[in-house]
Amino acid sequence: MPDGAAPVLDVQNLKTVFRVRGGEVHAVNSVSFDLRPGELLGVVGESGSGKSVTMMSLLGLLPSPPAEVREGTVMLGDRNLLTMGAEDMRNVRGGEVGFVFQDPMTSLNPVFNVGFQIMEPLRVHMGLTRRKARDRAVELLEIVGIPDARRRLKDYPHQFSGGMRQRVMIAIALACDPKVLIADEPTTALDVTIQAQILELVKDLRQKLGMAIIWITHDLGVIAGIADRVLVMYGGQVAEQGPVRELFANPAHPYTRALLQTMPKLHGTRDDKLRVIEGQPPMLGAHPTACPFRDRCPHAMEICARENPQRRPLGGNHDVACHWDHREAAL
Amino acid sequence: MKDIPAPSSAPNPAPDTARKLVEVRDLKMHFPIYGGILRRQIGAVKAVDGVSFDIFEGETLGIVGESGCGKSTCGRAVLRLYEATAGSITIDGTDIATLSQEALRKRRPAMQMVFQDPQASLNPRMTVAGIIGEPLDEHTNWNRAKKLERIYELMDAVGLNRDFANRYPHAFSGGQRQRIGIARALALNPKFIVCDEPIAALDVSIQAQVVNLLEELQEQFGLTYMFISHDLSMVRHIADRVAVMYLGVIVELAPVQDLYDHPQHPYTEALLSAVPEPDPSAEVRKDRIVLRGDVPSPSNPPKGCNFCTRCPKVMDICREIAPETLEVRPGHFAACHLHTHDQTAG
Repeated sequence: MPDGAAPVLDVQNLKTVFRVRGGEVHAVNSVSFDLRPGELLGVVGESGSGKSVTMMSLLGLLPSPPAEVREGTVMLGDRNLLTMGAEDMRNVRGGEVGFVFQDPMTSLNPVFNVGFQIMEPLRVHMGLTRRKARDRAVELLEIVGIPDARRRLKDYPHQFSGGMRQRVMIAIALACDPKVLIADEPTTALDVTIQAQILELVKDLRQKLGMAIIWITHDLGVIAGIADRVLVMYGGQVAEQGPVRELFANPAHPYTRALLQTMPKLHGTRDDKLRVIEGQPPMLGAHPTACPFRDRCPHAMEICARENPQRRPLGGNHDVACHWDHREAAL
Repeated sequence: MKDIPAPSSAPNPAPDTARKLVEVRDLKMHFPIYGGILRRQIGAVKAVDGVSFDIFEGETLGIVGESGCGKSTCGRAVLRLYEATAGSITIDGTDIATLSQEALRKRRPAMQMVFQDPQASLNPRMTVAGIIGEPLDEHTNWNRAKKLERIYELMDAVGLNRDFANRYPHAFSGGQRQRIGIARALALNPKFIVCDEPIAALDVSIQAQVVNLLEELQEQFGLTYMFISHDLSMVRHIADRVAVMYLGVIVELAPVQDLYDHPQHPYTEALLSAVPEPDPSAEVRKDRIVLRGDVPSPSNPPKGCNFCTRCPKVMDICREIAPETLEVRPGHFAACHLHTHDQTAG
C-alpha cells in the first residue's frame, strides 16, 4: 500500500452467487478493494453491476438461500467478517459499521417514533440507559442538522420530509461512532437541492468525525464532488479503481470512458448527439470466462472473449481490468 | 402568475414563422382535500396554480423542477388526462379544455404521452404487438394485416426486433420497454407528445440511447415534445426552451442556452448550482448555493412569492406580493421581484 496506513476494511476476492431456478447468478466475481481510515471510497456502477450486493455480502445482509458468499475474506481490522458468528456479526452491524440505505421511507420503521429508532442501537450496542441514550439521540439529530431535535424525537417517520428522513437514517448509522459507514445510494431518491444539502452534511461530518465511508452511487457527478478514490464496477467485477482526479482525468477502462461520455454536460458546448453505449448490461448466468463488457466495448479484441482480464496496475494506485491499452487512443 | 405573452422575438432555433402548436393560458389544477365528518372540502392541493406557456411546432419545451412542483400534473392536464380546474389549453387551434368527451376522443391521435415507468405503463398480459396495436384498434378501422404492417413499421422505427412482437413486456429490459411505450405513442402519427420523465427509471448508459431515439424520431416525423424531467443536464441536451417550475408555478422560462448561462431567478440559480458535475476539479471550485429547508406544501403555499421561504435573496416585498412574470431579456421570462426592483431603482 503506498501510504502506509493499514486499511480499516480489506476485501479480497469476494464472490457471491445467487441460486435461482435453473441455475446460478454470479452477482459478485472476485471483487477486491480496501478502505483506509478517514477515506471516502466511491463505488459506481449501473443496476446489476453488483455494487449493492457486494456491500450486503460484507455484512451478511443477504438472505441465504438464495444468496451464497462462496469465497473471499473481509477483514475489519484483524477479524474476518465472513467467518464470524451471527452474534458477533450483529455487534459489528450498527456498531463498528453503519449502513445508510437508498430509500429513507422504507428503511425506517413506520410504527416507531424516530427517537426509539435512534436509541435502539445505542442501548443494544453501547448499553446506555434510556436517559443517556435519549441525550445522545438529541445530540445526533443536532449533528445531522435537524432543528428542534428534542421535540422531534417523538415524531414518526411520516412526519419528516424525504431529506429529513435521510438525515435521521444517517443519525442512526452514526449512533455508535462507526469506523466505517456504508451508504448505498443515499441521495438517489432525493431532489437535487436536497441532495446538495446531504452532500454538504456528509463532507462536514467526515471532517468532524473522521470515519471511513463507502459511498455507492450511479451518479458520477456525486462521486466527483465527494470521493477520494473510486471503484468502477461492471457485471459483478471491478473494472477500474483509482484516485478520483486521476480516474476522471485519465479513465483507462472503455466502460468508464463511455460512462463519462454519455453524460450530457451542464456547461460548455451542447453535443448534437449523445454518445451511447450500445447494447445491454450482461446476464451473469455463469462464472465469467470472458470480459463482461466485450459485447458493448468499442475496443474488443479476440483475447477478450477467451480470457477475463485481471486487474493490472497503471501506477499511482490506479488499476484497470482490461486487455486493451488505453494509451492507444485519446478520449 | 400573469399570462406569459408570446415571446416577441424568436426563441432560438424556432424561426419567426414557427407556428404555435400548443398554447396554455393560466392553467390551474387543484385537487380537493376532503375532511371532517361530512367529508366536506376543506382545502385544495394547488398542484398547478396558473401556468401559461406556448410550444412551437417542432420544438422541445423542457419542464424542470423538483418532485412535487407540479410538472407531471401540468403535463397530464395539458393532455386533459385530468380535468383542469381553470384555464385554456389550445392544441393545434382547438381549445381542448372545453371539448366534449366525444370530440376530445377524435383529437386524441394528435396528442400522445410517454410515461415515466415503463414497467407500470405496459400491460403485462398483452404482447408487444397488442400494446403497440391498441391505439390502432381504438382509432382506426384497419384490417389485421394493415395493422400488423404498421406495428412492424413502428418496431423498426424505435429499434425493436420484429421477431419479438409476440413477447410479453417482462421479457424486455427497461430501455427496451421504454421503446415499446414510445412506439405505442407514435402509432397514430401524433403531432405532439408529452414525455413525462421518460428516462428517469433507466440506467445512465441506457438513458442516452432513449434520448437519441426521441431526437431521431422528432427529426423524422416532425414531432413537438413537452419533455418533463428533473435531470437538468439531460434537459439542456434535448430542449430548445426550458420552463422551471416551483410549487405549481413557472418561475422562469427561456431559451435553453440563455437559461443555463444566465439564470434570472434565484431558484433556477440554486437548482443549477446543486447539480453535481462529473469533474472533480470543477467540483472543488464551485461555490454551491445550498438551499435551506424543504419545499412548502402545495396545499398551503406561502403568502407572496412561493419561493420566499427558501430564497437566499428574499426581500420584504416577497413575503407580501407574488411577483409578476416579466420578459427580462428577449424571450427570457422570470417571475421575481429582483427584476421589478432593478427596474424601479435603475
